[in-house]
Amino acid sequence: MIQTAEENGSVRMTGQLLGTSTDLLRVEDVKVSFPLATGHVDALKGVGLRVLPGKITALVGESGSGKSVLGQTIMGLQPDYARVSGKVLLADPSAPSGTVELLGLPRDGRQIRAIRGSKIGMIFQEPMTSFSALHTIGNQITEALRIHEPVSAKEQRERAEDMLSLVGFTKPGKVFDMYPFELSGGMRQRAMIAMALICSPSLLIADEPTTALDVTIQAQILTLLRDLQQRMNMAILLITHDLGVVANVSDEVVVLYQGRIMESGPVEDIFRRPQHPYLKGLMAAIPHFGMAQGDRLRPLRDIKVDHDKLMTAIGNAKPMDTASRQHEAPEVLLSVRNLSKTYQTRDQAWAFRKPSAAPAPAVDGVSFDIRRGECLGLVGESGCGKTTVSKILMRAVTPDAGSVIYDDGSGPVDVLEAKGDDLQRLRTQIQMVFQDPVSSLSPRMTVGNILSEPLDIHRRGTPAQRRDTVDALLGAIGLGQSARHRYPHSFSGGQRQRIGIARALALAPGLIVCDEPVSALDVSVQAQILNLLKDLQKDLGLTYLFISHNLAVVDYMADRVAVMWAGRIVEIAPRETIMTAPVHPYTKALLAAVPYPDLERRLDFATFAGSSALTSVNWAAAFRAEASQMAPLDLGNGHFVLAHKSADMAELKS
Amino acid sequence: MFRYVILRSLAMIPTLFLISVLVFFIIELPPGDYFESYVSELRALGESADLAEIDMLRERYGFDQPQVVRYFWWVGGMLHGDFGYSFEYRLPVNEVVGDRLWLTVLLSTVTILFTWIIAFPIGIYSATHKYSWGDYGLTFLGLIGIAVPNFMLALVMMYFANIWFGVSIGNLMDQQFLNEPMSWAKLSSILSHIWIPVVIIGTAGTAAMVRRLRANLLDELHKQYVTTARAKGLHPTKVLLKYPLRMALNFFISDIGSILPAMISGAEVTAIVLSLETTGPMLIRALQSQDMYLAGSFLMFLAFLTVIGVLISDIALTFLDPRIRLGKGSSK
Repeated sequence: MIQTAEENGSVRMTGQLLGTSTDLLRVEDVKVSFPLATGHVDALKGVGLRVLPGKITALVGESGSGKSVLGQTIMGLQPDYARVSGKVLLADPSAPSGTVELLGLPRDGRQIRAIRGSKIGMIFQEPMTSFSALHTIGNQITEALRIHEPVSAKEQRERAEDMLSLVGFTKPGKVFDMYPFELSGGMRQRAMIAMALICSPSLLIADEPTTALDVTIQAQILTLLRDLQQRMNMAILLITHDLGVVANVSDEVVVLYQGRIMESGPVEDIFRRPQHPYLKGLMAAIPHFGMAQGDRLRPLRDIKVDHDKLMTAIGNAKPMDTASRQHEAPEVLLSVRNLSKTYQTRDQAWAFRKPSAAPAPAVDGVSFDIRRGECLGLVGESGCGKTTVSKILMRAVTPDAGSVIYDDGSGPVDVLEAKGDDLQRLRTQIQMVFQDPVSSLSPRMTVGNILSEPLDIHRRGTPAQRRDTVDALLGAIGLGQSARHRYPHSFSGGQRQRIGIARALALAPGLIVCDEPVSALDVSVQAQILNLLKDLQKDLGLTYLFISHNLAVVDYMADRVAVMWAGRIVEIAPRETIMTAPVHPYTKALLAAVPYPDLERRLDFATFAGSSALTSVNWAAAFRAEASQMAPLDLGNGHFVLAHKSADMAELKS
Repeated sequence: MFRYVILRSLAMIPTLFLISVLVFFIIELPPGDYFESYVSELRALGESADLAEIDMLRERYGFDQPQVVRYFWWVGGMLHGDFGYSFEYRLPVNEVVGDRLWLTVLLSTVTILFTWIIAFPIGIYSATHKYSWGDYGLTFLGLIGIAVPNFMLALVMMYFANIWFGVSIGNLMDQQFLNEPMSWAKLSSILSHIWIPVVIIGTAGTAAMVRRLRANLLDELHKQYVTTARAKGLHPTKVLLKYPLRMALNFFISDIGSILPAMISGAEVTAIVLSLETTGPMLIRALQSQDMYLAGSFLMFLAFLTVIGVLISDIALTFLDPRIRLGKGSSK
């Protein structure tokens, strides 16, 4: 398979090489390897690509494919122990041959420094750490100017302020003197772009520029990048793992897999006629909207749930008397009413006087029901309070007000008040799957210990039975028995997440809270985990609360979806209704901001040109009333939207 | 910001008050007072004590008054620069301490400067050349520096100075200048003596500081903002000096709080071994002989320096680190 891949790649590459005179950047047969204690790792195994002037070239690949290493190597920023060979040619009209070869230049020497920042700019994934917290934004932006163009201090400031207003700051003079930590993530990424573009480079290398951002902010930043690219006639090498982003902004696409180029060409070819099996597989593994109810994702490497083993495991784990209860169980498993939580900042906790402005609540009057056997999706941007809700359900955070009633058929239990034996029993009933599979498993316990710990705590069965249960669980999630004696660090991210799921299943819970279970995983692994969760739900009749910021994932998993904004649930409805006929402006904005990996459904860039589309200022009056005036209005078919009590429903729907 | 400095300075007052109460009562804790131990010492030597004179002194210094009254006398005196009377030396505390105080300050300042001047370049070199032979060598030397006690180093140096060069390296100046007014001759005598205690006292501190600077810099060197700065085309040395080093400076500043008191009380043992004319040996002697005003003044002075040192580092940090200046809390 790899053989054909290289042939494919080389055929397309030769096609490209014909047009060399116009290329802005040409990477030829670049190899990078890192020495290890035992041998070495080849990060790039002979990569070639080109970047046309004034075009956006996307470099796509999963983590570990070597895409970031390539970006660094072009700039000469790779770690100094890396061994590099090959050529990187940058068009330079002032050079006698018309190009400069970058890899041959002395490391950190004068020539390469003259190119960094001036001819090639670079932005990174993490806007939080890309700035020094001790220097003002202005200082760090004008630094590139001071290095490359000797201009007066006054002119530096003017140029920087011009650039800041170009990237969308309304008060550039103020931002110039601010410190990075005073800006939000999206604003910082804008400032970062201004910093990279201050010397008007002809090429911008953007390494996952929107991965750390919320989907609406991502849409804004993508809009901005595209706009600037056209205005400054600049080329962008966009490094990303997100095919949705690629489809929406790029002109050419290069697909990288394990240090090799699998496929490259214009975006139309790549998306309409993918050639390579890897790319085809990747496309099939991404959840996209409009999937029919029964459609399944096709992961690159599928995991079969071993049904028999699963049933043994769960059978072992269940206390004896539960089976009989299932019959008379009520429809609603978990009922949440008027949950509120306000976090106090450290200042406020110590203040003698009441602070003049009350802090915004993290969760504000949240009510919802989870029905037995369904998957309720909870969607919202970072900071909207969705994780706080999950922590309250787990009794990890105590709410200021509200009630949570859990009823699996053995009588209602007040989750927030339960004590002693009730609480112990409740602990077995509600389990959690966490976002980060690395930090949520103890590195000092073997997988066997991790999985049997819940059984030990709740004293289920004899030690021999527990061992059988653990083996059955491992089999059910597609890991062999040998995994029992290994430690988490010897597993990949996807495998670790499967272990996390097995741990949650060990006690045969009624409800599993999944807090962003796939957002730390690669696309190909994501499909695997989602399918595993779906199969388990089908086989065991599990109930999920599925928290995610990724609408496509929620669309794939959930039966009903609740949209959260600023601590409140603004809309809740069955999945199809939310996706096809959203009513609340926030839901609409959220849906519009998702980049689809589909050339037919591109982002509407005009919507995101300003930042105003996403703030509540532009919402219809009915959605902007005082909190006390708002109530969930019933639109029929289980569709509720938070609006002014007296709002006209027909008007809302329009 | 200004408000913060004011509030922060005012917060020192209750702290110092509490410390003064503690110091006073701890000094009073052992049974008896200076005069009793003085009388019993005289008796042990078989001499008769002039009880009338002692009673007079007792009355003069209020030892017949209740403790609370004496406390306020003591604190009140300190407020206008009267630190009381040293019974052992039969002199006001001010005069007893005299030269020693500023000699201590001089020695300590020079030691700190020496530490910084040596530690900074070595720390930077070690961090930027991690796991090179240079780094290993310097680490080895540094560990020896940390492991060998100062007084031991002092003894070794004294021994070899005597054997090889036939000179005595004790004291801070030639003895004829003791209690002399300042003169060029005295200054040059001090300068020619001072480098030996500086090197001896500074060794451990330098080594410890190199290790900490190296660790701090290593943390910072791999941060994203360093790559960002390099991607702008900045010279690697300038990158190092402007960003990671600046970040790593914070811990030097927070160190001031502990450096100031260590200046006065630190290195007593070395000072005794080298018979330096600093305050350390005197403090120990005063505590032994229950010379309460002398000891109390010393302890108060140490506390004052600690509080001032922390104040200085707090204020310097708010000036240097905008995250503290503008972060939640202080801006309100």
